[in-house]
Amino acid sequence: MNATTTSAHRQLTGQWLVRGRWPGRLFLGLVLAVIVWKLVESLLAGPMVFVQQLINGVQLGMVYALIALGYTMVYGIVRLINFAHGDVFMVGAFVSYYAISGFRLHEWPSRVFPGMADGASIAIGTVTVMILSMIVCAVLAVVIERTAYKPLRDAPRISALITAIGVSFFLEYFGALDFVFTPSFITYERPFPVQTYYIQDGIHLLQAGQTRPAGSITFSNILVIIVIVSLILLFLLSTFVQRTKTGKAMRAVAFDKPTARLMGIDVSRTISVTFALGAALAGAGGMLYAIAFPSIVFWMGIIPGLKAFIAAVLGGIGSLPGAFLGALIMGQAETLAGAYISSPMRDAIAFTLLIIVLLYRPRGLFGEPEREKA
Amino acid sequence: MKPRFLFAVLIVLALVLGACAPAATEAPAEPAAPAATEAPAEPAEPVAGEPIKIAILSPLSGAVPTFGVSNRDGALYAIKEWNAKGGVLGRPIEAIVEDSQCSADPAVNAANKVIGQDGVKFIVGEVCSSASIPVSEITNEAGVVQISGTSTNPQVTLNLDGTTKEFVFRACFIDPFQGTVGAAFALKQGYKTAFIMYDQANDYVLGLAENFEKAFVEGGGTIVGKESYTGTDTDFSATLTKVAEAAPDVLYVPDYYNIINLVGAQAKEKGVTAVMMGGDGWDSADLDMAAAEGGFYTNHYSPEDTRPIVVDWVANYQAEYGAVPDALATLAYDATNLLLNAIETAGTADDTAAIAAALAASEWEGVSGKITFDEQHNPIKAAVILGVQGGRITYVDTVAP
Repeated sequence: MNATTTSAHRQLTGQWLVRGRWPGRLFLGLVLAVIVWKLVESLLAGPMVFVQQLINGVQLGMVYALIALGYTMVYGIVRLINFAHGDVFMVGAFVSYYAISGFRLHEWPSRVFPGMADGASIAIGTVTVMILSMIVCAVLAVVIERTAYKPLRDAPRISALITAIGVSFFLEYFGALDFVFTPSFITYERPFPVQTYYIQDGIHLLQAGQTRPAGSITFSNILVIIVIVSLILLFLLSTFVQRTKTGKAMRAVAFDKPTARLMGIDVSRTISVTFALGAALAGAGGMLYAIAFPSIVFWMGIIPGLKAFIAAVLGGIGSLPGAFLGALIMGQAETLAGAYISSPMRDAIAFTLLIIVLLYRPRGLFGEPEREKA
Repeated sequence: MKPRFLFAVLIVLALVLGACAPAATEAPAEPAAPAATEAPAEPAEPVAGEPIKIAILSPLSGAVPTFGVSNRDGALYAIKEWNAKGGVLGRPIEAIVEDSQCSADPAVNAANKVIGQDGVKFIVGEVCSSASIPVSEITNEAGVVQISGTSTNPQVTLNLDGTTKEFVFRACFIDPFQGTVGAAFALKQGYKTAFIMYDQANDYVLGLAENFEKAFVEGGGTIVGKESYTGTDTDFSATLTKVAEAAPDVLYVPDYYNIINLVGAQAKEKGVTAVMMGGDGWDSADLDMAAAEGGFYTNHYSPEDTRPIVVDWVANYQAEYGAVPDALATLAYDATNLLLNAIETAGTADDTAAIAAALAASEWEGVSGKITFDEQHNPIKAAVILGVQGGRITYVDTVAP
């Protein structure tokens, strides 16, 4: 009796050893412990540098947020991971490039109203370019949705996914043609001059050619603009989704498509609006990204697109606040990994985050549990 | 009826062409035959006035035709100059130009043609390493002396087992050498500390970075930081924050212009005023002058160099071809001069082993610097330093390692 329980116990232990998830958990626990230890150590070693790295991460996270929202909205409504979204982001960057360098669109206020103050005319001009990028991307996304995704709406989900990958490649290599965009890197012309400020007993402007004073924290006007523009767009989006009739229709379609249709909601139109909104945000994101990192190329959307996708999954795909928070976490993870762990490993660390989330919380931070549909 | 008629015409045409084809291949064979019988008599008593043939393999079509034209013109100008001086060993030089398309197959065909059919013993070219490497296998086997102006891949002059190809040379320095020269320049400028940023997956960048570090440390400098990145990165703020903390004199980024545009712009935003330095990957019309402002990079040659030999070369080339000679033309010119000088020194145009030995031992004042060869047949010579100042690229210095 005693012997049998022991052997049964042994057997159980054996099974636990073989089948259990403990090696994975132990490994993850160790990795997390090392990461936390590294971060705490760095924080104590140089608090100012740590804060500086956090600020760097915010800039990246905000741009990811603009892309991630498009992923999450489209997924929420048609259960499609729109892999072409990153390339719409690229198109946004290129449209703004041509508007600025080709047509000098950002200078129109100073040409039409010569007396206008510099700051105001630059701001209005830049916003004009951004709105143009957003409109072009929105139209492009609706065209893509109507031609490539709509005919497959009732097909198995995998068909639409493969189509999305196809559209993604199409946009990239169509953009790489000489007469569309170009196959080479282009230097992006910023619509406004960059100014850097440093914080040390108050905020001061860093003069051109001036070395950053030791121990100070720097930030640029680009960071300020990215944060402000992103927050405004996010506010507008959430207002639209929560307060307007179309927004209500979007939520209804996301919740239950057939019933929404029975209630008289034009599902097709609502889906198109969703694509357009997501793409407009991606277009704005593309322009902001190009301003921050002024070298653009036809494949520039792939990596930010993937990271924004991870951010959306991290936050719970389908959830707007989730995508926003997920993107901020991604931005910080990437920057801190690059700063304190290993800069070539930063992408690997970002993707590891995705795996961890999928293992332990498949629905993400804010995701609703998947409702099984008959 | 009609198809049958067409078919008949086709058959007739095929027969006619078939009959013509052997005739066409026979034709060049005939004049070649007497030349072949004459050849054995030649080494015994070289006929004065019998031309020395030099083949120029240039990619005149294909991906990089402008490279090919520069390469050809540079080599042809050198030959023209020697002929004007009375040739080599009292014999005129005859150039045979072949289009090798910057690609292995056409280059190998061209090499086989000039060696087998024209009896050439000297080849200048190819431009691209991808074409020069397969050609070098043939020339080294056949004992034909080959010198490339611009192929930078180490494998051009090396066998797979790491030994040097006896008959193969180049006139340009190989990439990693630029790191050594960059460090020499940095030390000469009085810079004491350097931070290196490099793409860990790019051999070109790695080679430059390693050699820069080695030479900089040996020369008494300190490396205050080294950070790697991947080629698809766009956000360098985390690394540049570290650079700002380390406050080095030099930020060495030996990558291509697209990375320089990003790193340079972000460094300036972070208040990093370290002098940026790099290699010839910067050399592009698309380099963002504002981002690279204040930086320096190493290169093979600059037409703004003030040494008299360069001034003369630029003036002569311009008079002949109506354009400022680029690095390709200059290196092809130097390569051809090195080769002809070696023939002159060896005192023979037939014993290619002696000529290769003379070439390996040569000491030649070329347009791109004073050239000697190391044991791997790579030139040891000065590099030019170019600076980005006031939104344009200017010649700064010529630095020997």
